[in-house]
Amino acid sequence: MAWGLLVLYVVWAAARLDFTWSRFVVGLDNAEKFIGRMFPPEILQPDSMLNGLVESLEIAILASFLGILLSLPLGVFAARNLMPAWVSWPARSLIALCRSFHPVIVAILFVKAVGFGALAGILTLTVASLGFIGKLFAEAIEEISLKQVEAVRATGSPFISVLTYGVFPQVFSRFIGFSTYQIDSNLRNSTMVGIVGAGGIGSTLFAAFQRFDYNFVCAILIAIICMIMMGETLARAVRRLLGVDVQKSDV
Amino acid sequence: MRQRHENALLKPRENSSGLQAVRGHDLVDARSVTLSIRGLSKEYVPGKPVLQSIDLDIDSDGITAIIGPSGTGKSTLIRCINRLVEPTVGSIHFNDQDIVGLSRSALRLARRRIGMVFQEYNLVERLTVMENLLTGRLGFVSAWRAWRRDYPREDISQAFALLDIVGLRGFENQRADSLSGGQRQRVGIARAVMQKPRLLLADEPTSSLDPKTSVEIMQLLVSIGEKFQIPVVVNMHDVGLAKRFASRIIGMSTGRIVYDGDALGLSEQVLQTIYGGEDWMQ
Repeated sequence: MAWGLLVLYVVWAAARLDFTWSRFVVGLDNAEKFIGRMFPPEILQPDSMLNGLVESLEIAILASFLGILLSLPLGVFAARNLMPAWVSWPARSLIALCRSFHPVIVAILFVKAVGFGALAGILTLTVASLGFIGKLFAEAIEEISLKQVEAVRATGSPFISVLTYGVFPQVFSRFIGFSTYQIDSNLRNSTMVGIVGAGGIGSTLFAAFQRFDYNFVCAILIAIICMIMMGETLARAVRRLLGVDVQKSDV
Repeated sequence: MRQRHENALLKPRENSSGLQAVRGHDLVDARSVTLSIRGLSKEYVPGKPVLQSIDLDIDSDGITAIIGPSGTGKSTLIRCINRLVEPTVGSIHFNDQDIVGLSRSALRLARRRIGMVFQEYNLVERLTVMENLLTGRLGFVSAWRAWRRDYPREDISQAFALLDIVGLRGFENQRADSLSGGQRQRVGIARAVMQKPRLLLADEPTSSLDPKTSVEIMQLLVSIGEKFQIPVVVNMHDVGLAKRFASRIIGMSTGRIVYDGDALGLSEQVLQTIYGGEDWMQ
């Protein structure tokens, strides 16, 4: 019965949105023209492209740095097994708030709030990092063995040392895992925030789209792919350097 | 006086008599009671007491074993002493302070003088043996210095000396999760002794170990207690081990102390009072 209703709904929705085979064939035709105009890729405005790429990279690095730095205390505050409810509750709410909007929406909000440019992009991706790392880090802390923490507490250790000796050794490798994943993600998103005016290569890309310079669009896309791949290699190197097992880490 | 006590640790035999003299001078009573528990009760759930008005003095340097069936409050009693469990009512005098009434920061200072050994060792698995030992000094070193692993030189040499004593020389750079159960408990004991405690609590220290290792761990606790003149309070359910190693045995049943004396007085009748029934004695 439920399955029947679901199938009916899918058919109805597809018809309503003109999701049909003939429409798809028309679309394919258009795609062929579009892709044809993308090749050969051509760098029409090397300055704009280079500046955009560099700015995206800067946005990603700064936002990752800020995000990782701030999510460390935020995650600790949000861990319900370490903190009383009056600390963990506001921290968890802040994390939930950071996670509730897609970065595009956050970027639009920040562009309206602080104006066009890289600052809005940095703030956007910082918020995204806080939401992601903060949440997963807090969950990782909530899963630690409290016996180890209890033993450190029993020595009369100050709270900060309980954290650095009893808690962090248990979650450090996961934190590195979350952080490197988020750096990756920030790098990708830093190429997008420019579309809504928050700085980076996105604005160059968007302008090229609007001028129908599809060769230039293609060149930019290839450059972005190269940047992301370099970022991934770098992240893996960082993990290896810090002795975090790439296979075993969570993300 | 504290300074002198701290120095006493590495050369315990020479200095300990000096320590006694200082304490005697200060306190009139030459041999003050280390731990004095009065009217201690604990209810996890209101109306269901796990401990019922316990009175207990610990003053000897030997091993005091608390025996009794599981669920009778042995562990709760020991954890009330350093307030890992909050007592419901009663007083616990240690070092001339009532532990029960202490603020958080004062409690932290008091805990520095109470070493604790756990059933499941509770080592920080991902830290090295040396780091686990130095954890015992966290109460005395600032968080910043501890984080940078910048410990006073005497702490480091004390740690190496203790590794020798517990038979783990050469293990300092191994991670705790690479050790066997017996080795882990040795590290656990060494970590507790690093605090230079005036009281050592051990919560079922041998319950996760095989019989042979259990005996070795008990021998180690006895020798540590003697060497550093620390009274040791041990929870255990193995009556044989308690009889063999403890100079004093406390029998508990349903949250009360029902026996307090030496191993010789632990007759079958007494054991029946503690554990109830007699089938288990076959």
